[in-house]
Amino acid sequence: MTLRSPPLAGVHEAAGAKMTDFGGWEMPVEFASIREEHAAVRSSVGKFDVSHMGEITVDGPDAERLTQRLTTNDVAALDPGEAQYAAITNDDGVMLDDTVVYRLPEGEADEFLFVPNAGHDEEMAERWASHREAWDLDATVTNCTTEYAMVALQGPDAPGLLAEVTDLSLTRMDRFDVERGAVAGVDSLVARTGYTGERGFEILCPWDEAEAVWSALECQPCGLGARDTLRLEMGFLLSGQDFDPEDEPRTPYEAGIGWTVDLGTEFVGRDALEQQDAEGVAEKLVGVELVDRGVPRHGYEVTSPDGESLGHVTSGTMSPTLGDAIALAYLPTEYRDPGTSVRVIVRGEPKKARTRATPFID
Amino acid sequence: MSFDVPEDLRYLESHEWVRVDDGTARVGITDFAQDELGDVVFVELPDEGEELTAGDEFGVVESIKAVSDVYAPVSGTVTGVNEALFDDPELVNEDPFGEGWMVELELADEDELDALLSPDAYRDQIA
Repeated sequence: MTLRSPPLAGVHEAAGAKMTDFGGWEMPVEFASIREEHAAVRSSVGKFDVSHMGEITVDGPDAERLTQRLTTNDVAALDPGEAQYAAITNDDGVMLDDTVVYRLPEGEADEFLFVPNAGHDEEMAERWASHREAWDLDATVTNCTTEYAMVALQGPDAPGLLAEVTDLSLTRMDRFDVERGAVAGVDSLVARTGYTGERGFEILCPWDEAEAVWSALECQPCGLGARDTLRLEMGFLLSGQDFDPEDEPRTPYEAGIGWTVDLGTEFVGRDALEQQDAEGVAEKLVGVELVDRGVPRHGYEVTSPDGESLGHVTSGTMSPTLGDAIALAYLPTEYRDPGTSVRVIVRGEPKKARTRATPFID
Repeated sequence: MSFDVPEDLRYLESHEWVRVDDGTARVGITDFAQDELGDVVFVELPDEGEELTAGDEFGVVESIKAVSDVYAPVSGTVTGVNEALFDDPELVNEDPFGEGWMVELELADEDELDALLSPDAYRDQIA
């Protein structure tokens, strides 16, 4: 398999970034150190190249209906210039991916754009196209993943820094608003979204002009390493790890994002989810912190204090902000209350741990 | 990027260093290794009195992104453990050949040192 490269790969390597394969893309994992990059975002501002995220546009008379029927949230509730987080589920209500759906501002060539995770773009474009055929809808679906670069600017100082290079009125933008404007002279879509829990923006610009945007935003470049620790401190899900149709088949209710499910809309997986909503889930994704020394990692077993197997860690790290070893794990619902004693098995040794509310940070 | 490879040490292919002083061997991981791992957040070390055989895993070093075993370059009895690393594991990043040392061993067999890499040989390996 050939790795796909973001438009800024050369810039990152020249900056001394360590690169890694993520979702079939060769991406920067670390520029300075994960700890420094993480701290920059929490205390000031950092920038991320997230051009590995997919971009798919949907247009035409049935664009809304098609997208409504393939995502769990209520697309009809979006005004132009607004976005929403949603899950994409199969007939069983199992999450295939999570995404942000944008109803683009007035005057755009396409009505909708949605952003599937790295490596899911082709599968999702195909899913939209095949359901359009099956339902005989009139919509154009285009995979634009290699037409758009995506730069995330995140941190309390992100609005000030971005304001220096754009004429957009950023203070007017609410969370999940999207507007078109020039960033460093490059015609871009700017959304008040992110994956860090901080104030910030995600900038979609033409692939070939990414370098102008990237270099104009003078601040700490951050890699996927810090992106992961930042999102995990917030308890945000990572597709393919905290849920995955093959390895970790979970519904939005189990994954703790039931708020993205609008059962009043018609979508693939709705009936299964309605039933699960009525019956309740047996297991739920909960936060866990280690009391003993150690670092919880993906796949580590979680047990009761008596040694009864309960589940496993889906994501874990040493939180750079807190200095605590934190994790997410699907556990039986009787373990969901914060402070419940459990064990995490680290290299064969049961380590004392307890459940903890997410977000892990305030 | 160039890494520190002090002249007075011997090395293992798996990126440990050893400094011998009067029958005692101090062991840690190299500058190259700490850079590869990134921010070290946890170190697990053996207890004093444990007997190690050359090539044994004697500890674990974890960074935010990776877990790595640490191997004994030589055989011997553990006579000292750098407990400062339990509270400040980042010393491994900041000073891998100094304050970031891991264990001290009473050497069982000085001849084992001959099997280790010279600074030049280790430099070639990480080049």
